[in-house]
Amino acid sequence: MFESLQDGLSSALKSLSGQGKLTEANMREGLKLVERSLLEADVSFEVARYFMKNVTEKAVGETVLKSLKPQQQVVGIVYQELCDLMGPVDHSLHLKGKNDVTVLMLCGLQGAGKTTTVGKLGKMLKAGQRNPLLVAADLQRPAAIDQLHVLGEQLGLPVYSDREEKDPVKVCNAAIKEAKKLGADVVILDTAGRLHIDEELMGQLERIDKQCSPEQIYLTVDAMTGQDAVNSAKAFNDALEIDGVIMTKLDGDARGGAALSVKHVTGVPIKFMGTGEKLEALEPFHPDRMAQRILGQGDILTLFETAQKEFDQEQMLAQEEKLKKGEFTLDDFRKQMSMIAKPGLMQKMMGMMPGMGQMREAMNDFDESEMKGLFGIIDSMTPAEKANTKLIDQSRRRRIAAGAGCEPHQVNELIKQYDAMAQVMTAMAGKGMRDRMKMMGELQGGLAQGGTLGKQKQHTGKRLSNAQKKNMRKARQEALKKKRKKR
Amino acid sequence: MGLFDRIKKGLKKTSQVLNTDVRDLFKSEGRLIDEDFLDELRAILFKTDMGYDPAEELVSEVAKGMRGRVVQMQEVIDVLKSKLKELMAQDESPIRFADSGPTIIMVCGVNGAGKTTSIAKLACMFRGQDKSVVLGAGDTFRAAAVEQLGIWADRLGVECIKGPEGSHPATVAYQAVEHAIKSNADVCIVDTAGRLQTQKNLMTELTKIRDSIRKQIPDAPHEVLLVLDATTGQNGISQANNFADAAGCTGIVLAKLDGTAKGGVVVAIRQQIGLPVKYVGVGEQHEDLVLFNPDNFVDEMFDDALAAN
Repeated sequence: MFESLQDGLSSALKSLSGQGKLTEANMREGLKLVERSLLEADVSFEVARYFMKNVTEKAVGETVLKSLKPQQQVVGIVYQELCDLMGPVDHSLHLKGKNDVTVLMLCGLQGAGKTTTVGKLGKMLKAGQRNPLLVAADLQRPAAIDQLHVLGEQLGLPVYSDREEKDPVKVCNAAIKEAKKLGADVVILDTAGRLHIDEELMGQLERIDKQCSPEQIYLTVDAMTGQDAVNSAKAFNDALEIDGVIMTKLDGDARGGAALSVKHVTGVPIKFMGTGEKLEALEPFHPDRMAQRILGQGDILTLFETAQKEFDQEQMLAQEEKLKKGEFTLDDFRKQMSMIAKPGLMQKMMGMMPGMGQMREAMNDFDESEMKGLFGIIDSMTPAEKANTKLIDQSRRRRIAAGAGCEPHQVNELIKQYDAMAQVMTAMAGKGMRDRMKMMGELQGGLAQGGTLGKQKQHTGKRLSNAQKKNMRKARQEALKKKRKKR
Repeated sequence: MGLFDRIKKGLKKTSQVLNTDVRDLFKSEGRLIDEDFLDELRAILFKTDMGYDPAEELVSEVAKGMRGRVVQMQEVIDVLKSKLKELMAQDESPIRFADSGPTIIMVCGVNGAGKTTSIAKLACMFRGQDKSVVLGAGDTFRAAAVEQLGIWADRLGVECIKGPEGSHPATVAYQAVEHAIKSNADVCIVDTAGRLQTQKNLMTELTKIRDSIRKQIPDAPHEVLLVLDATTGQNGISQANNFADAAGCTGIVLAKLDGTAKGGVVVAIRQQIGLPVKYVGVGEQHEDLVLFNPDNFVDEMFDDALAAN
C-alpha cells in the first residue's frame, strides 16, 4: 500500500543511520533524501516543504545538542511529524439513532471510486445492523444508475433511483422521504463525479447540501492522485465543508502521498481506505500505524486485528492447544496456509509484519492459486506421513509427487517450508507477545533460506533438443525481422 | 472550435499556473538567479507533476546557464521550453491504421481513468472521419460497464458487441473482431475492465485479450492505448511500465486534462519509458478529444507569459 513510500523512506533513513554522530551537515543530506522520497510519493510540494521544515527544526536543534542515539531521534521525529500530518482520526460515521434517518453524502472527481465506495459503506452498515438505502444521484454518467442497482442487488440493499428525473437535488430529496417509508435509517447519496472547477456542478452539490442537509459529507480521493490533490480537496472542502475523506485504490502500488496532502489542506480526518475491488475491502484509516508502516517498522496492531477478524477463533484455540503440547503437524500447516490463502490477505499480512517490507515485494509475484498446488501435495500424503514427515523417503516422495501431479523436489521444498514454520510455531507456544514477535524474525529467516513460499520453479514445458532450440531461435529472429520491416 | 483552440482551452489552466507564478518571480528589470529563485522555480515545476528527476533537470539547466545573472523572464522561459521540447520530442503519431481490413484498437487503464468515455470520444472522432466503428464491450467485470458502453454506442450510432452475461473478456474481444471483419468495419475498439497494474492475474488477462485479438488478425491490435488520468501523480510511471509490459501499449490517451491537473507525469513517462501521448481529453463532451502535439503542448504552457512580456 504505502510500501513504495516506505521503501523510499527506509533507504533514506538507512543512509541517515550508521553515520556516527549526527551533524547538521550530514543530517541535511539525509533529510534531503526524505524530502525527495516524499515528493516522489506525490506529497504536495508545499506540504512536503512544511513537513521538512518542521522535522528539520526539531531535529537540528535537539538531536545535535543532546547527541542522543541520533538515528532513533530522527526516526522518532519523522514518524511523529507524519502522524501529526495524517491524524487525528475519527472512524465514526456519526449515525443518529435507528429511529432517525442519517444522511451521508459522497462526492469527488470522476473516477475516484464513489459508487464502489457507496457499496462498501452499505455493506459495512449492514454488517453493523443498520438499514442503509443507496441513492443513485449520479445522473451524469451513462449507466451509473444501473451500476448502483447491481451493487444493491449483490448486497441485498434497497436502491432508490428515478430515471425520469433530471435534477439530482430532487432525487435526493425524494429518496430521503422514501427512506422513512422503507424504514431505512441511513441514506447514502452517490453523487456524480465532477471537476472541482465546474461551477455549475459544484453549485448543484451545494444545493443538495442545503436541501438535504446530510449529516456527513465525505470526499473520495484516489490514492494515485498527484500534486492536484490539494487543489481539488480544497475546492470541495470550500464548497461543502466536508466531514471526512475516504482514500481509494490503496491496494495498488501508489505511494499515496495524497493522503498527507489532503489531510493537510482540509484538516478533516481520513476515515477509511479502499483496499480492493471486493465490497468488503474498506478499512479504517490509522495514521499512527500508517506512519509506522512508512518507516518500515511494521504494523503489528493492524496485523492482529486483521488476523482476528479473518481467522476462525475456535480453530485458533485448538491450534494454541496443540502448539502448547509442541505438536504442529502438516495438517495444521495446511489449515494455516488455507487461512492465509484467502485472496489478498497474504500480502496484507506480510506488509504489516515488522521488517517484512522486502518479503512483501517478493510476495507480489506470489500467485495465491499456487497454494492449491501445495495443498495437493499435503493431501496426497498418508496420515502417518502428515504426522511425521521424517517417514517420507525417496519412494514415498515419488508416490506423493505422482499423486499431486508435481515433481518430487517440490515435495521436498514443501517439507522444508513446513519444518521452518513448525520449529518456530512450536517454540512460540507458551511465550509472550514480545517473544513471539522475535520469533517472527527467525521464521522470516527460515523461509528466506529453505523456503520459497510460492516461489516455485516455473514449469518449462519440456526439454528441447539442440536442433529444436536452434529452429526456434531462427523462427524468433525471423519474426523479429518481419516486425522491424513493418515499422 | 479548431483543434489548437481546443487544446489551448484545455491547457489554459495549466499555463495560467505556470505563467502567473513565473511572472511573479521576475521584477520588470529582471531578477538575480540565486538559491531562492531556483527554489521558487522548483515549486512551480513540481506542481505540474512532471516528477523529481525531470524537474530537477530543468532547474539545474537554469542554474548552470544563468546562475548569478540578472535575467528577463523571456530568457528563462526559453530555456525551459527548449529543454521540455527536447524531452517530449516525438513524431506526430496518430492511429496506425491497418493496410487492409479493420483497424483494431485495444484500450486499457486503471479503474476510473476514463477508458469508456475515451472510447466514446475516439469512436466519435472516427465517425467524423466517415469510418464505420464497432465497439467491443470487454469490461465484463464492473457492474453496468457494458450498459455504459452500450448507451454511448447508441448515442453515437455505432455498433456495440456485448458478450453473454459472465463471458470472458477475451471471448468478447474475439467476437468484436470477428464482427468487425464480417461487417467490413473500418475500426474496432475493444474496451477492457479497469485494473490496477499490480494485480498480476488481471494483467495476465490483458495479455490473453490481446492474444485472442491476434487469432484472427495476426498484426492486431494495431494500437493499444493506455488511458491515463491527468490527475495521476508519479504512479503514472508504474502504470505505463506495467501496462506496456502486459499489453504492449503503443500510446497514451491523457484524460481529464480540463481540470487544474497538469498531466506532467507524461514527461517522466516519455523520458523513462518512451511511450508517446497520442490524444488528450479536454472536456466531458464526446468531441472533446484532440491530437497531442508536444511542441504545441509546451508552447501553450508558456504562451500567456510571452504575450504578457
